Amino acid sequence: MTTVERPLGAPEIGGIGHSVKRHEDARLIEGQGNFLDDIELPGMLHMAILRSPVAHARIVSIDTSEAEAIDGVVAVVTGELMAEHGLAWMPTLSGDTQAVLATDKVRFQGQEVAAVVATDPYVAEDALELIVVDYEDLPVLTTPQQALADDAPVIRDDKEGQEGNLVYEWEAGDAVATDAAFAAADRVVSLTTHYPRSHPAPLETCGALADVNSVTGQATIWLTSQAPHAHRTLFAMVAGLPEQNIRIISPDLGGGFGNKVPIYPGYVVATAASLLLGTPVKWIESRSENLISTGFARDYYMEGELALNDEGRILALRVRMLSDQGAFYADAQPTQFKAGLFHVVTGSYDFAAAHIVCSGAYTNKAPGGVAYRCSFRITEASFLIERLVQTAAYELGIDPAEIRFKNFIQPDQFPYETPTGFVYDSGDYPTALSTALEEVGYEALRAEQAEARAEGRLIGIGIAHFTEAVGAGPSRQYDIAGLKMIDSAELRVHPTGKAILKLGVKTQGQGHETTFAQIVASELGIPVTDIKVEHGDTDNTPYGLGTYASRSTPVGGAATAMVARKLAAKARDIAAHLLEAASDDIDMLDGKLFVRGTPERSVTIQDVALAAYTNLPAGMEYGLEGVHYYDPPNLTYPYGSYIVVVEIDAETGVWKVRRVVALDDCGVRINPMIVEGQIHGGLTEGFAMSSMQWITFDPDGNCIGSNFMDYLVPTAWETPRFELLHTSVPSPHHPIGAKGVGESATVGSPAAFVNAVVDALAHLGVRNIDMPVLPDRVWAAIQAASS
Amino acid sequence: MEVNVTINGTAHAADVEPRMLLVDHIRRVVGLTGTHIGCDTTSCGACTVLVDGTPVKACTVLAVQADGRAVTTVEGLKSNGQLHPIQEAFKAEHGLQCGFCTPGMMLVGAALIEQNPAPSDDDVRWAISGNLCRCTGYMNIVKAIQAAAAGAATGEDK
Repeated sequence: MTTVERPLGAPEIGGIGHSVKRHEDARLIEGQGNFLDDIELPGMLHMAILRSPVAHARIVSIDTSEAEAIDGVVAVVTGELMAEHGLAWMPTLSGDTQAVLATDKVRFQGQEVAAVVATDPYVAEDALELIVVDYEDLPVLTTPQQALADDAPVIRDDKEGQEGNLVYEWEAGDAVATDAAFAAADRVVSLTTHYPRSHPAPLETCGALADVNSVTGQATIWLTSQAPHAHRTLFAMVAGLPEQNIRIISPDLGGGFGNKVPIYPGYVVATAASLLLGTPVKWIESRSENLISTGFARDYYMEGELALNDEGRILALRVRMLSDQGAFYADAQPTQFKAGLFHVVTGSYDFAAAHIVCSGAYTNKAPGGVAYRCSFRITEASFLIERLVQTAAYELGIDPAEIRFKNFIQPDQFPYETPTGFVYDSGDYPTALSTALEEVGYEALRAEQAEARAEGRLIGIGIAHFTEAVGAGPSRQYDIAGLKMIDSAELRVHPTGKAILKLGVKTQGQGHETTFAQIVASELGIPVTDIKVEHGDTDNTPYGLGTYASRSTPVGGAATAMVARKLAAKARDIAAHLLEAASDDIDMLDGKLFVRGTPERSVTIQDVALAAYTNLPAGMEYGLEGVHYYDPPNLTYPYGSYIVVVEIDAETGVWKVRRVVALDDCGVRINPMIVEGQIHGGLTEGFAMSSMQWITFDPDGNCIGSNFMDYLVPTAWETPRFELLHTSVPSPHHPIGAKGVGESATVGSPAAFVNAVVDALAHLGVRNIDMPVLPDRVWAAIQAASS
Repeated sequence: MEVNVTINGTAHAADVEPRMLLVDHIRRVVGLTGTHIGCDTTSCGACTVLVDGTPVKACTVLAVQADGRAVTTVEGLKSNGQLHPIQEAFKAEHGLQCGFCTPGMMLVGAALIEQNPAPSDDDVRWAISGNLCRCTGYMNIVKAIQAAAAGAATGEDK
């Protein structure tokens, strides 16, 4: 077993490894959270947005006169007005443009057409009903295949030089080596599947409260933002406001999951309205608006082929992927990687050649393509390779666990460079899978499955072993809109020994106010209860790219450890002065600084903090504070083995989850209680995507899934119970050996659920059922296999 | 229209539009923002309050329908400066992450344990099946409600 447990510090300090109860809970359990819609400003007006009811049309005319005549309506904003201020269009995080309010055409159902600002939110909604828009319908394209057909109308005719609907083409790996490996292979196994469009649907929708002071030029904008600093910079660039006059405050967020990474038109319109009217303007979208217009996820059409030898060793992987981007390319991908980190699709396996060809198309659907609880399209990649390996197992007649053991990257191969250029830093995959198999009782389950089949009952055992690549990322490779993906922490220790930690990252429920304080507690010995964590306010925190792609702990957590170490070095110098010893002879443990070998000669970190402001050696700068910007040398690579057991009712196709055993390795666990909570949530999202969550469209481009009655997310009743295990192989390059965990289970588990259903039907010849694996699809697969 | 609603033990009289939703009345007129809005369609339960002790989704009830009734919101769970056991349990069992669904979940949990002092896992899951959580996967919410029922919120405290 390669698990390395970090030594626990004193429980009263509450450092790394302790399941410290969360600091943020105190306000949240008493209804004292401060979510965006909870904020009221004097004189505040309310904004509502008129959205297109059709998916593709030319705007012939917009008549706002009746709406403007209602009592309480202060202004009606159209694209024409925005255009007068140069704000009808805005850049996306992926280098495209997106309409703020439509001027020429609408390109998806739900697109922003006009906005009403009123004294009361109900009045604003009333006025929307009275705006008359004359639309001239245009042909609607709802799939990338339609969009790339030769005769397809050009959706983005607003873009000079745009021909057709291709958004990007991108490739990774080595085509020649891959072709050669396929030519020499004994067997080729293929799988074609669609990872369907989903929506993160955080329980709190998106919104903005803009307060632009027309006298001072100060713009204070509360945003539901996972990346407040990046958003401030982009606001400065879009609106032409001086960056020092823009203060973005991201208050308590009711979940994010990638949905609160993009900049939305409503944010820009609310800010423009506040600027024009000189009053604060609040905009909160409805659930329906959230589901039909804000960042969707997935929608990848994938064709994968594995080349293998007869013994089941993988030789090469070939993938073609076509993504549906919607009407605007509004992914938030690192600039160099058009399909995000999808090229991590080689997974946990050791083989020499891979070639990945990706392209994307515009369609008349909402833009987005956000990394929904996922490090840049890694969920799609993990799903494809784990489904392919499972398929290969059936085709070659090898047990699905055994084929993985045959092909795993071995512990002694790390650091391991994959055929598409990732350098996996650490791991012990065989131990992870064998531990999970033992826990679930794999051999006995296979025997039970055989007996059940003999009786006509269907039991399936699904395995997925995933490797994530998170913590973007090293500045040499990773930027968004030109901004390098570093992150930061600032730490101030006050004279009484109490500390404030300020972060560039921003929690949406992950518990940063607790876990980041624990990192400082471990490094400096200051009790975790004496450390306040601040984040989300750009005037009050150092710069950072924000929280998504599991980057908070790998990047922001590393910055926190590093700034604490800077302060620890100074603390040792001060202690040496106080103890009349040499700095090199000072050790620190649990908040005491002592002379090595004579622990009775000691001072506390609190003594040192006081001395930093009262009693310093000559020439030393006063204070005990610092800031650190962390540029990670590599990504981190959490992994896990998930096993799902299902039973299927052959008469109806309904499947029920009997067990979920999930082993995760996220390196050093800062707070095991919070780690487990993250995994519970991620497993639920994986179950959701495999079983029910689905944003689809009719041929006219009407969104099916525009509310929580049509877009099904799991309740407590459907959600399976989870059994968690862990190993702990520390990241060798991360300052505290942590790897990040918030998205692991969302990335790894969908394949485990689908593999379980397919495994139950494998003996009938079923190899694939696309997600969501709805009962009617299962039933149809059984019928097709039986006929 | 004149409505008189007792919220967390305090009478609130107000003149409201007939179409004013109870949740907007609580949040915007009375100014208690612990009750949240997540969907507008009675699906998510973020707006759950207790009306005369029964969980109700305040986004699809009019303020005038609550006239003469007693409403409990999350702000009313604490009494005499003491957290309600369900509040203690949600913290102790890590029953919340972003905290947006938490007020509704706790109120449903509090109402459940009034009726059923020892709810099973299925009892709890059925009771909260009208309340969505996107963060926790429900595991620790169920544990928290059961722990509150048992009066034994456990765990290392800090």
